[in-house]
Amino acid sequence: MRIKSIVLTLAGIVIVAGAVAAGVAGWMVFQPGPYAFATGTPVTLAAYKGPSPTGAPVELAKADAAARGAYIVRMADCEACHTAKGGVPFAGGRAFVLPFGTIYTPNLTPDPQTGIGKWTDADFLNAVHRGVAPDGSRYYPAFPYPSYTLLTDDDVLAIKAYLFALKPVKQANKPNTFAFPYDQRWLMTIWAVLFDPNHRFRPVEGQSAAWNRGAYLVEAAGHCGECHTPRNLMQALDRRRKFAGGVAEGWNAYNISADTVSGIGDWSVEELTAYLSTGHAKGHGVASGPMREAVALSLSRLTKSDIAAIVTYLRTVPASAGDLPKLAGPAPATPRVAGIENPVGQRMFEGNCLSCHAWTGAGTVREDAQLTGVRAVNDPSAANVVQMILGGGGKPDTPHPYMPGFGYAYSDAEIAAVANYVTARFGSTPSHVTPTDVANLRRQN
Amino acid sequence: MPHAPDPALAAVSRRALLRGGTAFAGGLLIGIALPVARARADEPVPTGTRFNAFVHVAPDDTVTFTLPAVEMGQGVYTSQAQCLAEELDVGLDKVVAAHAPPDQADYGSPIFVVQATGGSTTTMAWTMPLRKAGATARAMLLQAASAEWGVDAAGLTTADGVITDPASGRSLRYGQVANHAAGLQPPAGVKLKDPSRFRLIGKPVHRIDTPDKAIGKTIYGIDVVRPNMKFATLMVSPVLGGKVGPVDQSKALGVPGVRQVVVLDDLVAVVGDNTWAAMQGLASLAVEWSPGTNADLHQAQLWADIEKASEGAGVVVTKQGDAPARLKDGTLFEATYELPFLAHAPMEMTNCTVHVHDGACEIWVGTQVPGFAQAGAAKALGIDPAKVTINNHLLGGAFGRRLEVDGIVIAARIAAHVEGPVKIVWSREEDIRQELYRPLYHDRLKVRVENGRITAWHHRVTGASIMARWLPPAFKNGIDVDAVDGAAKIPYAVGDMLVEYIRNESVIPPAFWRGVGPNSSIFSIESFMDLVARKTSVDPLAFRRGMLDKDPRALGVLNLAAEKAGWGTPAPASPFGPRRGRGFALMNAFGSYLAAIADVAVSDAGDVRVTRVVVAADVGKVINPDILLAQIQGGVVFGLSAVLHGKITFAGGRVEQGNFNDYRILRIDETPPIEVHIAQSTENAGGIGEPGTVIVQPAVANAVFAATGVQLTRMPIDPALIAKVA
Amino acid sequence: MDLKINGTSRGTDVPDQMPLLWVLRDVFGMTGTKFGCGIAQCGACTVHLDGIAVRSCQLPVGAVGGRAITTIEGIGETPTGAKIQKAWLELEVIQCGYCQPGQIMSAAALLAANPHPDDAAIDAAMAGNLCRCGTYVRIREGIKHAART
Ligand code: FES
Ligand code: FES
Repeated sequence: MRIKSIVLTLAGIVIVAGAVAAGVAGWMVFQPGPYAFATGTPVTLAAYKGPSPTGAPVELAKADAAARGAYIVRMADCEACHTAKGGVPFAGGRAFVLPFGTIYTPNLTPDPQTGIGKWTDADFLNAVHRGVAPDGSRYYPAFPYPSYTLLTDDDVLAIKAYLFALKPVKQANKPNTFAFPYDQRWLMTIWAVLFDPNHRFRPVEGQSAAWNRGAYLVEAAGHCGECHTPRNLMQALDRRRKFAGGVAEGWNAYNISADTVSGIGDWSVEELTAYLSTGHAKGHGVASGPMREAVALSLSRLTKSDIAAIVTYLRTVPASAGDLPKLAGPAPATPRVAGIENPVGQRMFEGNCLSCHAWTGAGTVREDAQLTGVRAVNDPSAANVVQMILGGGGKPDTPHPYMPGFGYAYSDAEIAAVANYVTARFGSTPSHVTPTDVANLRRQN
Repeated sequence: MPHAPDPALAAVSRRALLRGGTAFAGGLLIGIALPVARARADEPVPTGTRFNAFVHVAPDDTVTFTLPAVEMGQGVYTSQAQCLAEELDVGLDKVVAAHAPPDQADYGSPIFVVQATGGSTTTMAWTMPLRKAGATARAMLLQAASAEWGVDAAGLTTADGVITDPASGRSLRYGQVANHAAGLQPPAGVKLKDPSRFRLIGKPVHRIDTPDKAIGKTIYGIDVVRPNMKFATLMVSPVLGGKVGPVDQSKALGVPGVRQVVVLDDLVAVVGDNTWAAMQGLASLAVEWSPGTNADLHQAQLWADIEKASEGAGVVVTKQGDAPARLKDGTLFEATYELPFLAHAPMEMTNCTVHVHDGACEIWVGTQVPGFAQAGAAKALGIDPAKVTINNHLLGGAFGRRLEVDGIVIAARIAAHVEGPVKIVWSREEDIRQELYRPLYHDRLKVRVENGRITAWHHRVTGASIMARWLPPAFKNGIDVDAVDGAAKIPYAVGDMLVEYIRNESVIPPAFWRGVGPNSSIFSIESFMDLVARKTSVDPLAFRRGMLDKDPRALGVLNLAAEKAGWGTPAPASPFGPRRGRGFALMNAFGSYLAAIADVAVSDAGDVRVTRVVVAADVGKVINPDILLAQIQGGVVFGLSAVLHGKITFAGGRVEQGNFNDYRILRIDETPPIEVHIAQSTENAGGIGEPGTVIVQPAVANAVFAATGVQLTRMPIDPALIAKVA
Repeated sequence: MDLKINGTSRGTDVPDQMPLLWVLRDVFGMTGTKFGCGIAQCGACTVHLDGIAVRSCQLPVGAVGGRAITTIEGIGETPTGAKIQKAWLELEVIQCGYCQPGQIMSAAALLAANPHPDDAAIDAAMAGNLCRCGTYVRIREGIKHAART
């Protein structure tokens, strides 16, 4: 789900393909490993003395193979991308709309014609570890094999076993609608050679068992960096700025390094645990957009020990400064109704937003409706605020309160106005979203 | 449908039926004492003895009025009670109001024939019958008193429920002679009160239904509670006309509080201990729908279809001279206007409480058509209508929605599978997606202009016929009298005239919506008037004035509105947008004349803000001038929602809207000041529930035209079409 | 759990996630509070928690805690509530009345917080309450009328 990045990746490759040798590329190519920051010695799994950081967690030690496989599938969160909106889980067909075409995820059910029913173990390992399809063609890195390459063969094959146990669904893969040169998949070979080192996870002696388990969950299965780590010119993960923040489907995936200004350096263990396992922590807003899916389909279904491991690992990731401002404090309890400079924004806020969020932005009653202190509201681009207003959050069919979307009946100008009103009233830096920005974000959903 | 209405009567054109009404004078509301009377919506039972279908008097002097027109906010509980109480000589504080049960003979509308409240017809239909009923009951009471005292009834007087013999000073309360009086033969041709002696009619008396509403005591249909009642909610196929496929109930039945899942061919319902449990159950019910034949139904196609239909042959509605011949040459103008599907979206969503047992069916609901409700439920259950009891309630808004009984029929079908009484409440999403919508309208106008006047006129109205479905006998000679209301006869003198109607049905059943036919006719005519005026560079009002010489009432409201709004001066500045405009519209429909002037501000992005609305109205004589004002104010707001935001659209056979986040209703902070000026009038009373909605839409569209130089021809206003191109 | 409603405490054992609206309407039979949208967009379900106007359709009953709930059935006992109800009847604000419990609850909360609101302040406080009958013009007048009394 790194749409923008794919666009630029391909652009980058086209640019670079002719001049790969250029030294500057070297700097980008030879990146530190995902957890090279850690003190201690990485060793092979075989040589590692601690409890195994891979596979299913301790809680499932006695569970049968099927249950363990299902769990590993959740760890890797395959379902989110391989399920069309309102479609059959794992049958693929989810569209990622790019300016130059649309990419559709493939069918992972064991249907021999339209799914992966004919795949051998080798085929599957090759795809997940190296991004190579059985016919030898290359996958676009929308498929996060640069992270999955760290998964053990056992875990990858456990995923395959789970998928092969699914009810086969006959649903032909939709061809991607890319125009030249983006349809030139062979270009991906060059990219993969450069950026997909193709080696498995190596635990670090000297780090705790929880840390190593966390590293495996975050770097291999969870592939968090694919969204949260910025990309370099060639659109490979820039691990020198690990977790400093990236982009996903028009949403900003914020800094999750230890930076205290724009990162999570000042989040407590309890806050991180609550946010990851429930999608909300007091004062930190609600996981939305792609992160909402990650919580719903993966994180919220992981065991206590695994969430604890992820938190342990995350808190050791060194601070990497972002460009987002410090969070603003609470807003005044009464609206400025005279001489307002954003009348359209205020009108929409007081009519559609106030009931839950309140003039203070602290939430009328429910803490999950709090706007102040939330990163998205303190993001001068207001990208995520606009996305929330357009599409809403949560789902009407859950027993939980949710936010409806306003994209259908409100104009780009109205949505831009209320987004700017919200960031100005509750954030530290007012945004200047234009109707055109809103129109562009609409296209990404 | 109800027992077939008398075709002779029903066939009388709606326009003709709209004439008539009775005489009432105006006044102003200030600090009149609050009534203690309560409109008891929770099944009030008339107490005491029955004088006629409308009046009961109890020994304790309580007077129960059984009112034929239902109260849905428009104030007819009060206005009807005013008519009865005026003639009966009782104070409204003694009155208990009750909704009429289904009874064609007693309560069938003199205008619709069937028992229905709608079309802004209550005052016209019921004023005289109710006054007669009140006067007759009073005469019977006097007779009884005169018999007891052995004096001539003619010498007796009545006031506030007491009969007095001036000669002897003796007096009797109505309650004391009620039983005796009710036994007497009702006299014929009783003389009605002279208007000069009116105490209530024409006065801004307080409403009798609002005191309970202000304290949350009123019981609407959705508030009904029955012993051992269960709660249910439902989902109908999201694709129009689709069917239910395989259903997995296991998860739903596992939801705490869920009792039962009802699966019918076109819908699923979940029954529980409370509405929320039912909603959770429905959310976790796995249903595979089979979409049926409408899966490729798209809005663009629907627009294209009606456009195409409008080019076919039309049925002649009005013909004066030979318009087509005169429209062959000369200075000609032509334009088409289109109106979208609209949902009524009353704040009280569709709901119905039903108890089916022992071959009978009891229903608690708020409906504009008790007779249809009874017949519909009976048919659905395959039982005799006599076995269906309808307990009607005050309506939380209707606007035409509750002229339909689809919800009641669905509720009965579900309840047939449920043990004991069940209250079925639609979610707002289901309510909006499964509505019966105001249909698309397409109006094609062509005129010839000579020396600043229109001298030939061709208006072709294309749309679905509501009458043909709702009241078949009223659909005659291929003409839907409602669809062409406001077009068949216009206030302007336009020379040769040809008005045609083309019926264009889609798979989407059409329904009455506040403002009905005139919404499209008046919108198109008034938009067109502005277009022609501007193209011939004449002031839009001057242009209209030139063609109103034969219609003084129309000219009167035009001038009144122009004077009050200060026509000719620019619209006021607004922080909402730099482009400003002022627009005018005029109408004669529902027996009333209205003119409106709207001011707008338009932002560079094309968002429209209405900054002021001035309405001038000549509605003839009035029963309650304050309720009249309220109806025009409310009607204007309803029309603003439509012209600024209102649209229901189809994609893949599904309605794309579902709740107030995507089906926008005007909010208070979008509501401009609304001034209403009433022209004193001795003319017959016209309807007033709907004209406000009709008149404001073209006024706003014309104001946007003035502000931007762009005339929008398809509603609602689309900001993209009037955004400043940077 | 125990709920303080209009001064009296009432016990119930409904799930924490159940919106207060349905506890009031279906469990306690207090039907003055209305269901209009279920997504905090219409205000028909407005009640007070410790005097603050909240939408009960989006308020899990578990989040109420010890806070005092006031509904349309009880708001007449408060000075501002009584003022608003009186003004509503004197100016005949109400039409079908379905939205009005919510309107009155929002208006009472506004008046308690701001005894003399101007049009802008009224719009800012009342914009969350939809009225399909279109009584907005009289709601503005009604609030100002109540403020004067
Ligand atoms: S029902 Fe709660 S705001 Fe509409
Ligand atoms: S009075 Fe009818 S919805 Fe407000």
